[in-house]
Amino acid sequence: MLLRLTLALSAALLFARAGQAETVTSFTLDNGLDVVVIEDHRAPVVVQMIWYRAGAADEAPGKSGVAHFLEHLMFKGTEKIPPNAFSQMIEAQGGDDNAFTSWDYTAYFQRIAADRLDLVMEMEADRMRNLRMTEDDVTTERQVILEERAQRIDTDPGALMGEQLRAAQYLNHRYGIPIIGWRQEMEALSHDDALAWYSRYYAPNNAILVIAGDVTPDQVRTLAEKYYGPIQPSDGIGPRIRPQEPPQLAERRLTFSDDRVSNPYVYRTYLAPERDPGDQKEAAALTILAALLGGDGQTSHLARALQFDTQIAVYTEAHYDGGSIDDGTFGLIVVPAPGVALAVAEAALDKALADFVENGPDPAAFERIKTQIRASEIYARDDVHGLARTYGEELAIGLSIQDIQDWDDILGAVTIEEVRAAAAGVLDPSQSVTGWLVNPDPDAAAPLPASDATAPALEETTE
Amino acid sequence: MMPFLRRAVLALPLVLAAVTLAALPARADLAIQEVKSPGGITAWLVEDHNIPFVSLEILFKGGTSLDAPGKRGATYLMAALLEEGTGDLDSQGFAEARDALAASFSFSASTDTLAVSARMLTENRDQAADLLHRALVAPRFDQAALDRVREQVLTGLRSDEKDPGTIAARSFDRLAFGDHPYATPGEGTLDSVAALSRDDILAAHQGAMALDRIYVSAAGDITAAELSALLDRLFDGLPATGAAMPEPAPWNLSPGVTVEDFPSPQSVVYFGHRGIPRDDPDFFAAYILNEAMGGGRFSARLMREVREKRGLTYGIGSYLVPMDHAELYLGQFSASNDKVAEAIGVVRTEWARVAAEGLSEAELAEIKTYLTGSYPLRFSGNGPIADILVGMQMQDLPIDYAVTRNEKVMAVTMADIRRVAARIFLPDQLQFVVVGQPSGL
Repeated sequence: MLLRLTLALSAALLFARAGQAETVTSFTLDNGLDVVVIEDHRAPVVVQMIWYRAGAADEAPGKSGVAHFLEHLMFKGTEKIPPNAFSQMIEAQGGDDNAFTSWDYTAYFQRIAADRLDLVMEMEADRMRNLRMTEDDVTTERQVILEERAQRIDTDPGALMGEQLRAAQYLNHRYGIPIIGWRQEMEALSHDDALAWYSRYYAPNNAILVIAGDVTPDQVRTLAEKYYGPIQPSDGIGPRIRPQEPPQLAERRLTFSDDRVSNPYVYRTYLAPERDPGDQKEAAALTILAALLGGDGQTSHLARALQFDTQIAVYTEAHYDGGSIDDGTFGLIVVPAPGVALAVAEAALDKALADFVENGPDPAAFERIKTQIRASEIYARDDVHGLARTYGEELAIGLSIQDIQDWDDILGAVTIEEVRAAAAGVLDPSQSVTGWLVNPDPDAAAPLPASDATAPALEETTE
Repeated sequence: MMPFLRRAVLALPLVLAAVTLAALPARADLAIQEVKSPGGITAWLVEDHNIPFVSLEILFKGGTSLDAPGKRGATYLMAALLEEGTGDLDSQGFAEARDALAASFSFSASTDTLAVSARMLTENRDQAADLLHRALVAPRFDQAALDRVREQVLTGLRSDEKDPGTIAARSFDRLAFGDHPYATPGEGTLDSVAALSRDDILAAHQGAMALDRIYVSAAGDITAAELSALLDRLFDGLPATGAAMPEPAPWNLSPGVTVEDFPSPQSVVYFGHRGIPRDDPDFFAAYILNEAMGGGRFSARLMREVREKRGLTYGIGSYLVPMDHAELYLGQFSASNDKVAEAIGVVRTEWARVAAEGLSEAELAEIKTYLTGSYPLRFSGNGPIADILVGMQMQDLPIDYAVTRNEKVMAVTMADIRRVAARIFLPDQLQFVVVGQPSGL
């Protein structure tokens, strides 16, 4: 039975709607495949995304990187699709495609003319169960992921510190292990490792199909039953229970030193609750907290305290990542002005945080954030690919369509006091890791500024 | 393209697809209107009243290349300061006013353009446009804001000095462009940015943001009459003329390999030689050839040979870069230090092969199908549409270009491909800038 849902938007009373809000439909095939259809008939284009509920945090010890490795190998071919021809066949139909892996999911997508949906569905369904990869494929592609690691991580001191920091943040959960994998484990990933991962997790009862664009639910249902319907479910799919974090009782600190660092900075994360099915209130308060603390370069609390009222920093940022199955993180970054020591910058950060926890947000700033939340629903409708990604990602971490559609209302209902309380709760030093990124050569640090106008007000932060 | 012999198992034969896709309109209802304001501003508009907001794109031709001698970075810093206050609003007052309207404005200067992007809700469009007008015409350029944003630019420049990709790109430009502005970064240098004064910023504003170099487009919930009125309000007060455009850039790049030592397990490589102007009659053939060589697709030759077959890199691409005062043909990749030499050898081989042989008929057909089929995918919302429209205007393309563009792609023949391949692929002209600690080079 088709369950037809229209997005319930909190902005409905505040904004004149065009009467054509996007329509979201969902159903489940007999073999367990969840299907979501997001209609947008403005252009004859369609996006297919398939999301597998399997990511880096589901890997076995010693096999880090296998989820991402398999993502690469999925482009190798099947009985029907010749070696390395998957993308070529999409491109030859005027489409493009790609894939990505996270801790909680692996996703594949194609964008193509709406009348080509039939083709990409057949191809995606085919490689769900019929992947063919040779030993040569595995050997060559392993070189590619090692080059990818070198390019994204090993050549970037900030990324290297990020890995170390995350590993220190999670004492027990596999969120502490990089998605791309530790190099020595990547080097040892075999054909059998990739095949075992694929056989276990790539199945209709472990996947979410999102189709967005110029299609109707009836068209999608017909095609989905034709191509995905015959695929047998896997019996290796269970609840996603991972090792959980113990109580975190000790503040952790680390210093990462590298010749290639030009601008030292302080990066701190705290363990933070994630969005839970049916219970997203605290995550909503944390989302607004991040926006108020460090979401805007001019008006956020940290920008005011560290960049305007004093010139301690050239850049500040706060972010919250609660889109996960288990505990997420709340992060803060301060890049000090030239000549300002990291200790001074960190002390100024702590002072600004204490001030926020004690006094709560500025009510006017809070109101502006609420206005922006309402407007973001309007802007979001312009990007159907983005909507498809939102639905896929949030379903893949276990939220329901109702949870996804309630999110804007829950954000809108957050109170000032709830934001203050969320700050007091999450900014707990014993659940934090603080990283300093430094250059070992003291002369390599940024010089003192030339003009007096930019001289940092050191006195204000050392009291 | 032998693999396609096996495609018969799939639902749609390629040949049929090629025919239907070539006939696909760029967008079902894409109708571009030319709007002329009473004050003489011309804009292109795609009306779409489905979602209650409008995307606006404004380009000023010139960009950072207009920097006066000794003032490198002035235009870049000036653009970054446009959101730092106007009239009675200081930096934070401006940001608060913008956020209270839930509007978004971005200002940025690049090599040949200064770009302004705006999104405004229908319900408060007049107020948002008024705020944007004040930022464009009467920015405060407060000394405190100038000093604060200058520090951010300098922080970026110091990062660039330790970033191998940026080092490679900058070296390439320095080797190619002599004393032209293109030879140095538009953000300026540590010394030039440190020396910029408020007067320099004011001069850059007058020089870069003038009515004689403006291009405007809009897409979304606005009528032609509404846009026409908005245009005159938005730009009222800008000077009629600005700074003189730069001269054509000299070309000093010689072939070879330039290694810059950088402590890293992987090297970043920039390579290339001269390119082809955007208005050259051979541009479409060149565009197809580059798509075959190093376009963004996994099946492009460089991706196939360097990544898929040999595992030497995570990604490799090449790009035709027609700028206003010079043309480049550029490529880029990263590879482990012990593999760079082999990867460079593969690039040279492919470059020489296409120069000598052109493309196969199957390859040409496949790329035409891709280019014509993927073109409509770009028109995926108000923001992207406005962006494409303003780019078309600045390139002096006709208003029906979106409709005729696919025909021009389809009209390229095998003879064109062979002739233009020999013209644009110049294997003995290639310069490779390698930043890292490569072995065997």
